[in-house]
Amino acid sequence: MPEGIREVLGPLGHGLVLTLAMTGLAFAGALVLGVLLAVCRISPVPPLRVLGTGYVTVFRNVPLLVLLVLFVFGLPDVGLLFSLFATVTLTMALYWAAFVCEVLRAGIRTVPFGQAEAARALGLTAGQSIRHIILPQALRSMVQPLAGVFIGLALSTSLAAAVGVAEMTGQAQFTTLKYDQPLTGFAATTVVYVLITLTSGLVAGRIEKRVAIHR
Amino acid sequence: MSQSGKSALVRLDKVNKSFGDQQVLHDIDLEVHSGEVVVLLGASGSGKSTICRCVNRLETIDSGTITVDGVPLPAEGRELAKLRAQVGMVFQSFNLFGHLKVLENLTLAPVRVAGVPRQQATERARELLARVGLADKADAYPAQLSGGQQQRVAIARALAMDPRLLLFDEPTSALDPEMIKEVLDVMVELAAEGMTMLVVTHEMGFARRAADRIVFLDQGRILETGTPQEFFEAPRTERARDFLSKILSH
Repeated sequence: MPEGIREVLGPLGHGLVLTLAMTGLAFAGALVLGVLLAVCRISPVPPLRVLGTGYVTVFRNVPLLVLLVLFVFGLPDVGLLFSLFATVTLTMALYWAAFVCEVLRAGIRTVPFGQAEAARALGLTAGQSIRHIILPQALRSMVQPLAGVFIGLALSTSLAAAVGVAEMTGQAQFTTLKYDQPLTGFAATTVVYVLITLTSGLVAGRIEKRVAIHR
Repeated sequence: MSQSGKSALVRLDKVNKSFGDQQVLHDIDLEVHSGEVVVLLGASGSGKSTICRCVNRLETIDSGTITVDGVPLPAEGRELAKLRAQVGMVFQSFNLFGHLKVLENLTLAPVRVAGVPRQQATERARELLARVGLADKADAYPAQLSGGQQQRVAIARALAMDPRLLLFDEPTSALDPEMIKEVLDVMVELAAEGMTMLVVTHEMGFARRAADRIVFLDQGRILETGTPQEFFEAPRTERARDFLSKILSH
């Protein structure tokens, strides 16, 4: 191995661990919050709908980098002290939850209204109808859009470098400066990012096949 | 057939309903007695489907009362779900659950709503499928069936809850002509077996043959009520004569 490459790849490995942790945690948080937001947005209670719509409007329309800067430097100012990693992961979850919400809402809309009506007519409660009839059919149309959100989220973790998190892109910048090897570092990170996104695309395809409606 | 209020299984009393500015039901009074087959006739927009959908509260009413077995329809919630479990409904567009096999379509509500053991629900479902002539389709998905077959499954699904009353909302209107008969045959059989039915349809042959009573609606009002013979042979209103001449002329 040529001189320098080992020095470049080592730190990138450490950065990758942070990147994966941020991606996993933020996606899990975005899913949970996104479900709650979607429930608000389709709820018959007007204040909840306003809350859900307002949230999505705010978080979907502000650049993630701006949100990161605001949260990283703003939260300590109002007395909320989290670690840098926690703050950044939380911000990502808040931002991507707005997109998850819209994917879920669109997915639920793909289920014909007659399905819910038939469920109600048979005596299923609203909760049973959502669980046994609506969601199982809605999930099928959500798999690929959710994979899209996951890919977007995974790639957007690179913005964390801008607020000082030493994830993969951050490490690539350090090594670039330290060893004067710009291409090596960024080429390597590109390969890893593409591996992450391609894998998630493959997994989504598998899941989609498994839950496909038989015709 | 007794017309006393007490024995009515379903009773509508001065029911009014509007969609926005348009009033679609005007002071509807209607009774369906146990074992009776009541057919609602009328032109499109006369309010017949709305009446059908109000009985299990898929539509809410603005004023008046609807009682099932003497009990006013409860508000949306568990009580209403319980009542709906006793009132089967067959839709124009079948509305079979697309992600479930035919057999699962039939067992879902008995197991989840009525608490019937799965084994028992499955046996009953197979009986019902045999009864509508689809014993061999238990493991098919709804999309693999023809329209007529889907509607027969939908009837079997409603029967699986052992309903006290079946509502039919234009059950053959979405079917090709050659499939209408297979669905009507099942309905005639049910009527002959004493099932209580409230049927919205444009099938005059069925109305003549299977109805105990015809209710004719126009613009949200009941214009005539009578036996099929009275209605078809000697309609009393000009509007009914006009309706029949248009529908029976070819």
